[in-house]
Amino acid sequence: MKANVHVMLKDGVLDPQGEAVRHALGALGFEGVHGVRQGKVIALDLADGTSEAKIKEMCEALLANTVIESYRIELL
Amino acid sequence: MKAAVLVFPGSNCDRDMAVALRAAGADVTMVWHKDAEIGDVDLVAVPGGFSFGDYLRCGAIAAKSPVCQALKRHVDRGGYALGVCNGFQVLTETGLLPGALMRNAGLKFVCRTVPLTVATSDSAFTQGYNAGRSIALPVAHHDGNYTADAATLSALRDQDRVAFTYGDNFNGSQNEIAGVLSENRRVLGMMPHPERAVDAATGGTEGLPLFRGLVQQLADA
Repeated sequence: MKANVHVMLKDGVLDPQGEAVRHALGALGFEGVHGVRQGKVIALDLADGTSEAKIKEMCEALLANTVIESYRIELL
Repeated sequence: MKAAVLVFPGSNCDRDMAVALRAAGADVTMVWHKDAEIGDVDLVAVPGGFSFGDYLRCGAIAAKSPVCQALKRHVDRGGYALGVCNGFQVLTETGLLPGALMRNAGLKFVCRTVPLTVATSDSAFTQGYNAGRSIALPVAHHDGNYTADAATLSALRDQDRVAFTYGDNFNGSQNEIAGVLSENRRVLGMMPHPERAVDAATGGTEGLPLFRGLVQQLADA
Protein backbone atom coordinates (compact mmCIF):
# COMPACT_ATOMS: atom_id res chain seq x y z
CA MET A 1 0.00 0.00 0.00
CA LYS A 2 1.05 3.57 -0.51
CA ALA A 3 0.43 6.75 1.42
CA ASN A 4 1.43 10.35 1.01
CA VAL A 5 2.20 12.57 3.95
CA HIS A 6 1.75 16.28 3.26
CA VAL A 7 3.83 18.44 5.59
CA MET A 8 3.15 22.17 5.75
CA LEU A 9 4.23 24.97 8.06
CA LYS A 10 1.44 25.66 10.51
CA ASP A 11 -0.88 28.58 9.86
CA GLY A 12 0.60 31.65 11.46
CA VAL A 13 4.21 30.49 11.06
CA LEU A 14 5.87 32.85 8.61
CA ASP A 15 7.08 30.95 5.54
CA PRO A 16 10.03 32.90 4.08
CA GLN A 17 10.39 30.49 1.13
CA GLY A 18 6.71 30.76 0.25
CA GLU A 19 6.99 34.55 0.41
CA ALA A 20 9.98 34.50 -1.97
CA VAL A 21 7.99 32.36 -4.41
CA ARG A 22 5.05 34.78 -4.17
CA HIS A 23 7.34 37.71 -5.00
CA ALA A 24 8.84 35.81 -7.93
CA LEU A 25 5.37 35.05 -9.34
CA GLY A 26 4.54 38.75 -9.06
CA ALA A 27 7.78 39.61 -10.86
CA LEU A 28 6.78 37.26 -13.69
CA GLY A 29 3.57 39.23 -14.13
CA PHE A 30 1.15 36.82 -12.40
CA GLU A 31 -1.29 39.08 -10.62
CA GLY A 32 -3.57 38.26 -7.75
CA VAL A 33 -1.33 35.74 -5.99
CA HIS A 34 -2.18 36.68 -2.43
CA GLY A 35 -0.18 34.03 -0.67
CA VAL A 36 2.14 31.08 -1.23
CA ARG A 37 2.91 28.38 1.31
CA GLN A 38 5.55 25.82 0.49
CA GLY A 39 5.55 22.35 1.99
CA LYS A 40 6.65 18.87 1.12
CA VAL A 41 5.13 15.55 0.21
CA ILE A 42 6.66 12.37 1.59
CA ALA A 43 5.63 9.28 -0.39
CA LEU A 44 5.58 6.10 1.68
CA ASP A 45 5.60 2.59 0.27
CA LEU A 46 4.22 0.49 3.13
CA ALA A 47 3.45 -3.09 4.03
CA ASP A 48 -0.19 -3.85 3.24
CA GLY A 49 -2.46 -3.27 6.19
CA THR A 50 -0.33 -0.59 7.83
CA SER A 51 -2.77 1.38 9.94
CA GLU A 52 -3.31 5.09 9.67
CA ALA A 53 -2.49 5.25 13.38
CA LYS A 54 0.95 3.79 12.65
CA ILE A 55 1.55 6.40 9.93
CA LYS A 56 0.46 9.09 12.39
CA GLU A 57 3.11 7.76 14.80
CA MET A 58 5.72 8.09 12.03
CA CYS A 59 4.65 11.69 11.46
CA GLU A 60 4.84 12.58 15.13
CA ALA A 61 8.17 10.79 15.66
CA LEU A 62 10.05 12.01 12.63
CA LEU A 63 8.32 13.16 9.46
CA ALA A 64 6.96 16.45 10.83
CA ASN A 65 8.29 18.81 13.48
CA THR A 66 5.01 19.58 15.16
CA VAL A 67 6.45 22.68 16.80
CA ILE A 68 6.19 24.44 13.45
CA GLU A 69 4.64 21.97 11.00
CA SER A 70 1.30 20.32 10.49
CA TYR A 71 0.75 17.16 8.45
CA ARG A 72 -2.01 15.42 6.56
CA ILE A 73 -2.04 11.71 5.74
CA GLU A 74 -3.41 10.66 2.39
CA LEU A 75 -3.97 6.93 1.93
CA LEU A 76 -3.69 5.96 -1.74
CA MET B 1 35.91 18.01 33.95
CA LYS B 2 34.96 15.42 31.36
CA ALA B 3 33.29 16.31 28.10
CA ALA B 4 32.06 14.32 25.11
CA VAL B 5 31.72 15.76 21.62
CA LEU B 6 29.18 13.94 19.46
CA VAL B 7 30.12 13.23 15.86
CA PHE B 8 27.56 12.65 13.12
CA PRO B 9 28.14 12.07 9.42
CA GLY B 10 28.36 15.66 8.18
CA SER B 11 29.50 17.26 11.45
CA ASN B 12 32.27 19.72 10.64
CA CYS B 13 32.81 21.72 13.83
CA ASP B 14 33.41 18.72 16.06
CA ARG B 15 37.19 19.09 16.12
CA ASP B 16 36.99 22.85 16.71
CA MET B 17 34.68 22.15 19.64
CA ALA B 18 37.13 19.62 21.07
CA VAL B 19 40.03 22.06 20.67
CA ALA B 20 38.10 24.82 22.46
CA LEU B 21 37.09 22.52 25.33
CA ARG B 22 40.60 21.09 25.72
CA ALA B 23 42.12 24.57 25.71
CA ALA B 24 39.80 25.44 28.60
CA GLY B 25 41.00 22.39 30.51
CA ALA B 26 38.41 19.74 29.71
CA ASP B 27 39.18 16.07 29.15
CA VAL B 28 37.43 15.42 25.81
CA THR B 29 36.32 12.24 24.08
CA MET B 30 34.65 12.05 20.68
CA VAL B 31 31.53 9.87 20.49
CA TRP B 32 30.22 8.45 17.21
CA HIS B 33 26.49 8.74 16.48
CA LYS B 34 25.92 4.98 16.47
CA ASP B 35 27.21 4.60 20.02
CA ALA B 36 24.36 3.88 22.41
CA GLU B 37 26.34 5.07 25.44
CA ILE B 38 28.18 8.34 26.00
CA GLY B 39 29.86 7.32 29.24
CA ASP B 40 30.23 9.24 32.45
CA VAL B 41 30.81 12.85 31.44
CA ASP B 42 29.86 16.26 32.84
CA LEU B 43 29.13 17.88 29.49
CA VAL B 44 27.94 16.66 26.11
CA ALA B 45 28.68 19.04 23.23
CA VAL B 46 26.69 18.74 20.02
CA PRO B 47 28.76 20.40 17.30
CA GLY B 48 27.92 22.37 14.20
CA GLY B 49 27.89 21.09 10.68
CA PHE B 50 25.40 19.44 8.37
CA SER B 51 24.50 16.19 10.10
CA PHE B 52 22.98 13.73 7.63
CA GLY B 53 23.14 16.39 4.92
CA ASP B 54 20.35 18.39 6.57
CA TYR B 55 17.97 15.83 5.02
CA LEU B 56 14.30 16.08 6.03
CA ARG B 57 14.97 18.99 8.44
CA CYS B 58 18.25 20.26 9.91
CA GLY B 59 19.13 18.03 12.84
CA ALA B 60 16.06 15.79 12.49
CA ILE B 61 17.82 12.56 11.59
CA ALA B 62 20.65 13.13 14.07
CA ALA B 63 18.07 13.68 16.82
CA LYS B 64 16.81 10.10 16.31
CA SER B 65 20.28 8.49 16.38
CA PRO B 66 21.30 6.11 19.19
CA VAL B 67 23.74 8.63 20.68
CA CYS B 68 20.94 11.17 21.10
CA GLN B 69 18.96 8.70 23.19
CA ALA B 70 22.05 8.58 25.44
CA LEU B 71 22.19 12.40 25.32
CA LYS B 72 18.59 12.55 26.56
CA ARG B 73 19.41 10.23 29.46
CA HIS B 74 22.45 12.39 30.30
CA VAL B 75 20.27 15.52 30.41
CA ASP B 76 17.53 13.73 32.37
CA ARG B 77 20.16 12.90 34.98
CA GLY B 78 20.96 16.61 35.29
CA GLY B 79 23.95 16.57 32.94
CA TYR B 80 25.06 19.62 30.98
CA ALA B 81 24.78 19.94 27.21
CA LEU B 82 25.90 22.56 24.73
CA GLY B 83 24.60 22.64 21.15
CA VAL B 84 26.11 25.03 18.65
CA CYS B 85 24.58 25.76 15.24
CA ASN B 86 23.54 22.36 13.86
CA GLY B 87 23.90 21.20 17.48
CA PHE B 88 21.24 23.73 18.51
CA GLN B 89 19.00 22.38 15.74
CA VAL B 90 19.59 18.85 17.05
CA LEU B 91 18.69 19.92 20.60
CA THR B 92 15.38 21.44 19.45
CA GLU B 93 14.62 18.36 17.35
CA THR B 94 15.21 16.09 20.35
CA GLY B 95 12.85 18.27 22.38
CA LEU B 96 15.58 19.10 24.92
CA LEU B 97 15.13 22.78 24.04
CA PRO B 98 11.91 24.49 22.97
CA GLY B 99 11.20 26.07 19.60
CA ALA B 100 12.59 25.38 16.14
CA LEU B 101 15.16 26.86 13.76
CA MET B 102 13.62 27.80 10.43
CA ARG B 103 15.13 29.03 7.17
CA ASN B 104 16.71 32.50 7.58
CA ALA B 105 14.18 35.21 6.80
CA GLY B 106 16.41 36.56 4.00
CA LEU B 107 16.77 33.01 2.61
CA LYS B 108 20.54 33.43 2.45
CA PHE B 109 23.27 31.42 4.10
CA VAL B 110 24.93 33.98 6.36
CA CYS B 111 28.61 33.52 7.20
CA ARG B 112 30.14 36.42 9.08
CA THR B 113 30.91 37.73 12.55
CA VAL B 114 27.84 39.31 14.13
CA PRO B 115 27.21 41.45 17.21
CA LEU B 116 25.46 39.75 20.11
CA THR B 117 24.27 40.72 23.55
CA VAL B 118 24.76 38.36 26.47
CA ALA B 119 21.19 38.38 27.79
CA THR B 120 21.85 36.59 31.07
CA SER B 121 24.92 35.69 33.10
CA ASP B 122 22.89 33.25 35.18
CA SER B 123 24.14 29.95 33.76
CA ALA B 124 27.33 27.92 33.79
CA PHE B 125 27.74 28.87 30.12
CA THR B 126 27.36 32.64 30.45
CA GLN B 127 28.64 33.35 33.95
CA GLY B 128 31.97 34.44 32.44
CA TYR B 129 30.24 37.43 30.84
CA ASN B 130 28.44 40.35 32.40
CA ALA B 131 24.76 40.37 31.46
CA GLY B 132 24.16 43.08 28.87
CA ARG B 133 27.70 42.83 27.52
CA SER B 134 28.08 43.15 23.76
CA ILE B 135 30.28 40.58 22.09
CA ALA B 136 30.86 39.44 18.53
CA LEU B 137 30.90 35.81 17.41
CA PRO B 138 30.94 34.15 13.98
CA VAL B 139 27.76 32.68 12.54
CA ALA B 140 27.50 30.36 9.56
CA HIS B 141 24.03 29.04 8.92
CA HIS B 142 21.07 28.88 6.57
CA ASP B 143 18.48 27.85 9.15
CA GLY B 144 18.87 29.94 12.28
CA ASN B 145 15.54 31.74 12.37
CA TYR B 146 14.40 30.94 15.90
CA THR B 147 10.67 30.33 16.07
CA ALA B 148 8.46 29.37 18.99
CA ASP B 149 4.85 29.96 19.97
CA ALA B 150 3.87 32.97 22.07
CA ALA B 151 3.58 30.97 25.29
CA THR B 152 7.10 29.57 24.87
CA LEU B 153 8.52 33.00 24.09
CA SER B 154 6.98 34.50 27.23
CA ALA B 155 8.21 31.59 29.33
CA LEU B 156 11.74 32.06 27.97
CA ARG B 157 11.59 35.75 28.81
CA ASP B 158 9.97 35.36 32.24
CA GLN B 159 12.39 32.63 33.29
CA ASP B 160 15.42 34.54 32.00
CA ARG B 161 16.25 31.69 29.61
CA VAL B 162 17.36 33.71 26.61
CA ALA B 163 21.15 33.45 26.74
CA PHE B 164 22.15 35.54 23.71
CA THR B 165 20.35 37.96 21.39
CA TYR B 166 21.43 39.33 18.01
CA GLY B 167 22.40 42.98 17.80
CA ASP B 168 21.31 43.00 14.16
CA ASN B 169 18.56 40.46 13.59
CA PHE B 170 19.88 39.22 10.25
CA ASN B 171 18.01 35.90 10.24
CA GLY B 172 14.57 36.98 11.43
CA SER B 173 14.62 35.20 14.81
CA GLN B 174 11.72 35.96 17.11
CA ASN B 175 12.75 38.34 19.89
CA GLU B 176 16.24 38.41 18.28
CA ILE B 177 16.96 35.10 20.04
CA ALA B 178 20.40 33.65 19.27
CA GLY B 179 20.61 31.15 22.14
CA VAL B 180 18.30 29.62 24.74
CA LEU B 181 18.67 27.72 28.00
CA SER B 182 16.66 24.76 29.27
CA GLU B 183 14.45 25.13 32.32
CA ASN B 184 17.20 23.78 34.62
CA ARG B 185 19.72 26.10 32.84
CA ARG B 186 22.03 23.16 32.11
CA VAL B 187 21.35 22.88 28.39
CA LEU B 188 22.32 25.72 26.06
CA GLY B 189 21.64 25.89 22.35
CA MET B 190 23.01 28.75 20.27
CA MET B 191 23.47 29.49 16.58
CA PRO B 192 26.71 31.55 16.85
CA HIS B 193 30.00 29.67 17.14
CA PRO B 194 31.89 30.37 20.38
CA GLU B 195 34.36 27.58 19.49
CA ARG B 196 35.47 29.65 16.49
CA ALA B 197 36.45 32.53 18.76
CA VAL B 198 38.91 31.08 21.26
CA ASP B 199 42.21 32.17 19.74
CA ALA B 200 43.36 35.71 18.91
CA ALA B 201 45.10 34.38 15.79
CA THR B 202 41.90 32.87 14.36
CA GLY B 203 38.74 34.85 14.87
CA GLY B 204 39.06 36.53 18.25
CA THR B 205 38.65 35.41 21.84
CA GLU B 206 35.11 36.37 22.77
CA GLY B 207 34.04 32.74 22.96
CA LEU B 208 36.68 31.97 25.59
CA PRO B 209 34.70 33.07 28.67
CA LEU B 210 31.99 30.55 27.77
CA PHE B 211 34.36 27.57 27.73
CA ARG B 212 36.49 28.73 30.66
CA GLY B 213 33.47 29.49 32.85
CA LEU B 214 31.81 26.21 31.97
CA VAL B 215 34.86 24.03 32.54
CA GLN B 216 35.68 25.81 35.78
CA GLN B 217 32.16 25.47 37.19
CA LEU B 218 31.85 21.80 36.24
CA ALA B 219 35.33 21.02 37.55
CA ASP B 220 34.42 22.55 40.89
CA ALA B 221 31.10 20.70 41.08
